[in-house]
Amino acid sequence: MKPAEYYQRDRSRHPPALTPGYKTSVARSPRYSLIALQQSLSEITGPVFGHDDIDPIDNDLIQNYAKEADPVGERIIIHGRVLDENAQPVPDTLVEIWQANASGRYRHKKDTYLGALDPNFGGCGRTLSDESGYYVFRTIKPGAYPWRNTINSWRPAHIHLSVFGRSFSQRLITQLYFEGDPLIPLCPIVNTIPDPDAIDRLIARLDMNATVPLDSIAYRFDIVLRGRRSTLFENRLEGN
Amino acid sequence: MTGPLDYLKETASQTAGPYVHIGLAPGAAGFDIYREELGWDIAGPDPKGQRIRVEGLVIDGMGSPVKDVLLEAWQANADGIYAHPEGGGAVEDGFRGWGRVITDFDTGEWGFDTVKPGPVRSRVKLASGVSERVSAADPDWQGRMESHAPMAPHINLWIVARGINLGLNTRMYFDDEAEANAADPVLNLIEWKQRRATLIARRDGDRDGVPVYRFDIRLQGDAETVFFDV
Repeated sequence: MKPAEYYQRDRSRHPPALTPGYKTSVARSPRYSLIALQQSLSEITGPVFGHDDIDPIDNDLIQNYAKEADPVGERIIIHGRVLDENAQPVPDTLVEIWQANASGRYRHKKDTYLGALDPNFGGCGRTLSDESGYYVFRTIKPGAYPWRNTINSWRPAHIHLSVFGRSFSQRLITQLYFEGDPLIPLCPIVNTIPDPDAIDRLIARLDMNATVPLDSIAYRFDIVLRGRRSTLFENRLEGN
Repeated sequence: MTGPLDYLKETASQTAGPYVHIGLAPGAAGFDIYREELGWDIAGPDPKGQRIRVEGLVIDGMGSPVKDVLLEAWQANADGIYAHPEGGGAVEDGFRGWGRVITDFDTGEWGFDTVKPGPVRSRVKLASGVSERVSAADPDWQGRMESHAPMAPHINLWIVARGINLGLNTRMYFDDEAEANAADPVLNLIEWKQRRATLIARRDGDRDGVPVYRFDIRLQGDAETVFFDV
């Protein structure tokens, strides 16, 4: 069997481009329909990363920017697997995360929120999934923060995630939320997603089994990328 | 009553938000954390082919440049081979074919240095593989012949930013490849011929002997860039 194209993206699971409740999307969303493109080599290939590209400490946000002490906040582990829609593990794929600190403040020159910066916290990490698609980060639980959408909009605590997969067509950026956060149903960005089940899958679950006693509490978050067809027949990729 | 298929569902996308640089380009966000940021060097130290510079703006529906966008480029080398196990062959050492750039926070200008990609090679030989299977009795044979032509040189682009809920996929072609562009199977998929022009970068002189291509991306409105559902 030869692997072929990736399954068509189910756009009913994703937010549409135009979501007026999230105001910035109004001027940044295309008005014409997307052109459907059968996949060619350009789409079924994508960048490959290796352990030479990153350092082992890169997935530890408690240590990777600590200058004099550990950062302040709730010590957490975020872990899970990167799978495809066929429930197959996606090994050796680059997972990158970024987040605010415990005050909800980002280490970014454009963030002017009065929540304090933490001198020992950078807020970004990256890792490669292992052969079973497993990944793990250690970090500080981010705080909620205000943003200028409506006058009183607050983002739920969240961690941004970027995943590559094996092909450029699997490329995905999303956000991880935390179980039980009452801001989740209020958030205009969360609510860009029309499917309640799709929202639910963005909520990391408290995972007591992975918690390190007297050290760090753990959350479980599995990531699903597009699956890929296999075919007994020679597949004629467009442009090939 | 039929049971559900047991496929998993793709994780839903969310916007990259205004601070995407922290995670994917922390140097640009104003701090150093990694030994090496990824994506700055697309073609590596000793690439084959013609070095080029690509520059542009991403423009919103109001006509304003988007100043917090992040773009990723994915391209073949000068021989039309992707740096991937299924990419069609071997590439030169250090050629990654992938790059990541952000805009200038004040002007919205972005740019990257790379090499001009070659046409992505055909995996089915036009002479034998396809022609044996088509016949005049097949009314669509000519269209199918075209759809197996090699693609004109192009760079695949993926655009994320605050306000963009799901990354936008587009392609950049080259205005000095008119003949290849005219035969390109993807450009020819676009029914509205005038929209094809939105995917073609304009050669805009040279800088230090390196050709510069200008590629402005319009998210919305007049001359909106073509985006693909890949």
